Amino acid sequence: MTRFLPYTASTLSHEVNWLYLGLLIIAFCVLLLVVGMMATFCVRYRRASATVRGGPVKSFRFEIAWTSATFLGFIGLFFWGAFVYLDARTPPRDAVPIYVLGKQWMWKVEHPGGQSEINTLHVPIGRPIRLVLASQDVIHDFFVPAFRVKYDVVPGRYEDLWFEAITVGRYPFFCSQLCGTFHADMRGWVVTMEPADFAKWLAAQGPSESLALQGKALFHQYGCSGCHEPRSTIHAPLLAGLYGRPVALQGGGFIIADEAYIRDQILMNKHIPAGYPPKMPHFAGHISEEDVLKLIAYIKSLASAPGSAR
Amino acid sequence: MTVPALPELTPVPELAPVTAVENYLTDDMSLRSWLFTLDHKRIGILFIITLTLFFFIGGAAAALIRIDLIDPAGLAPPALYNRMFTAHGILMVWFFLLPIIPAGLGNFVLPLMIGAHDVAFPRLNLMSWYILAISGGLAFAAIFIGGLDTGWTFYEPFTADFTNGHVIMALAAVFLSGFSSISTGLNFIVTTHRLRAPGMTWYRLPVFVWTIYATSVIFVLATPVLAATLLMSAVQRFLHVGVFDPALGGDPILFQHLFWFYSHPAVYIMILPGMGVVSELIPCFARKPLFGYEFVVWSSIGLAIIGFLVWGHHMFVAGISVYSALVFSMMSFFVAVPSAIKVFNWTATLHDGWISFDAPMLYALGFVILFTIGGLTGLFVATLGFDEYVHDTYFVIAHFHYIMVGGMVSAFFGGLHYWWPKMTGRLYNEWWARIAALLIFFGFNLTFFPQFILGYLGMPRRLYAYPPEWQFWNVLSSAGAAVLAVAYALPLFYLGWSLFRGERAGPNPWGATGLEWQTPSPPPKHNFETTPIVTRGPYQYTPEPIPQNA
Repeated sequence: MTRFLPYTASTLSHEVNWLYLGLLIIAFCVLLLVVGMMATFCVRYRRASATVRGGPVKSFRFEIAWTSATFLGFIGLFFWGAFVYLDARTPPRDAVPIYVLGKQWMWKVEHPGGQSEINTLHVPIGRPIRLVLASQDVIHDFFVPAFRVKYDVVPGRYEDLWFEAITVGRYPFFCSQLCGTFHADMRGWVVTMEPADFAKWLAAQGPSESLALQGKALFHQYGCSGCHEPRSTIHAPLLAGLYGRPVALQGGGFIIADEAYIRDQILMNKHIPAGYPPKMPHFAGHISEEDVLKLIAYIKSLASAPGSAR
Repeated sequence: MTVPALPELTPVPELAPVTAVENYLTDDMSLRSWLFTLDHKRIGILFIITLTLFFFIGGAAAALIRIDLIDPAGLAPPALYNRMFTAHGILMVWFFLLPIIPAGLGNFVLPLMIGAHDVAFPRLNLMSWYILAISGGLAFAAIFIGGLDTGWTFYEPFTADFTNGHVIMALAAVFLSGFSSISTGLNFIVTTHRLRAPGMTWYRLPVFVWTIYATSVIFVLATPVLAATLLMSAVQRFLHVGVFDPALGGDPILFQHLFWFYSHPAVYIMILPGMGVVSELIPCFARKPLFGYEFVVWSSIGLAIIGFLVWGHHMFVAGISVYSALVFSMMSFFVAVPSAIKVFNWTATLHDGWISFDAPMLYALGFVILFTIGGLTGLFVATLGFDEYVHDTYFVIAHFHYIMVGGMVSAFFGGLHYWWPKMTGRLYNEWWARIAALLIFFGFNLTFFPQFILGYLGMPRRLYAYPPEWQFWNVLSSAGAAVLAVAYALPLFYLGWSLFRGERAGPNPWGATGLEWQTPSPPPKHNFETTPIVTRGPYQYTPEPIPQNA
């Protein structure tokens, strides 16, 4: 049978459903008003009808009335939509990060524990999840209709989206931005599970090193440790406790050291922290997006370590 | 004291049918005289013929899209499917919707409406047609020899590095077509400023002229941005200069900003002239002055201005900051206000009228309903929290087709039927025309209404294959497309027939007040035997029409 409604499987879905219902009611009333008036006039004032026609009507009052009515209505809708959007775009602080890498034409998912999957995303229900989205090539878009979330995955930067699943099930996700010939095949399933089942699932994925540990290995392999470890004699910022803190920049100003910042620093040395003239080589083109994610996971794992980003 | 109804609606003094009288068509019948013509009427007709050709090619691409989607697995190979929607988008946007009413109908009637003998720059006018015909040919050639799969939006970095189609050729075609837009826009701006007949003050201009004027301003201001953007894209593809490609240090979001800075105002290029046509048709067939003339006029100008400030709503989920999304959302609601004003004014015009339902009026009424649905669903996508869900889904496809096709194409057909007797001097078969109008309305809704539902169910756009549970709505939509295809082909036959066999039309078959109706049909080569002196505003139907030069 045909389905008339999409699944409602996240906390946000409910908000969007209500918003949709509100919009639908308003749109329906306005349409009924316009079409109703048109139909009435067309019948009543058809050329052959003997209805008495009145004299000219002053239009000014009507104009002011319907202009201000639509204006006020629109402002109301704007605020309603804005609140839902702000909610959708503001991940809770305790959201669990999962890394999602889009490439022509598949999605690779990396869990913090090092488990990875392709075109499937397992998540627990009842916990906010934050997807960190990266692209290896062109713009993709990660879209889970059942959760009412979507965001473009733009190469060269990180985007994120978050959701909290509320029902156990299997929901399709899609790529929603044209990305080439097999754009339509870039789809998969979100599998939502009870937290206990999810923990079991994670454990069953076989022994795997956590992303952070894999990142630590890369940290040495790419030679980052030569400068960025406490033992180093080279004048480079230490990374312990860096994640999530403000970094003072050369020439004034601060920037929060989030994933996007760390990524930009590794690949392009984009921002210059105060007191550290740019010495680091650019790694753009030498490190894959996947390895960058692992390095970031490692640097994040140092966040709780004592010390500060010098 | 009831007033008996039916005033005598004399269908305007029956002049002797203008058969062999010298007019712009009979002036010189050679092909050469058409290809080198400087007459705005002939150039308008050249535009209409050329653009209609592109319309049917773009329509054929749409037909293939709808055929593919009958089956959830997709009937066409994906590479072909992607090329088809790209061809459909490029041809329909740049080589039909943008120029059809301004350069086609507008070219024919605007000078007549303001009582001018031609446009300000006839040679530029002809050049504009050549540029458009050549660039359209180039676009068609690019599609014909293999096509491209970037979508009409040419998003980066896909266009830069990840596609092998004939991208440069298509970019060149669109780039070139911009010169036609700018020339035509410039021409109409100057014509409207300089060539109005004595007494034709700004507030006596028909709304159609106002909307073409507003459109022309957008043509002139927005098109250069598109040209610059496409040029940068081409330079990047050729010379690997990083502008938009992150692999070269460019910014893909910058491309979207620039592209939509043009392409959103272009949406108003694609609807304002339609609004203008409808503002002519409704008063004429309702035998009533247009309700709130000044408000309709200034809401057109408002649309043209605010239309420049809302481009970011194409990027709500593309990586712009939350704060700019908020601003763009609010501006998008603001831009909906002038559209709402127009709908209410058209509806109010019907009140107390003497309404007849000739084919042009059926198109106009259809326009108002479809445009209202398109506009109301525009509110859905302007609402941030909802757009975040339906962005890049079929909901958006349905929304803009309601505006572009339900609105603009209906308006074009309405205008074409309305001015047909003026252009050709002949009447068409009224019943066939009405059947076509109703069939278009029905077919259109059957095609696109299911797409709202698909969008709400979460079907992303540009998919050659989709999950089977969406098949029902897709099949409905494809069935609608079949009806629409027949409905769009119908006018070719009865209008074609009318060209040779149609009853001769008098100068003013509809009993309209505009200056274009106060000269023979077809008009003489220089439009008016004597320059009309305008004494009053437009749409003075009492319900007896009082011509603007009476």
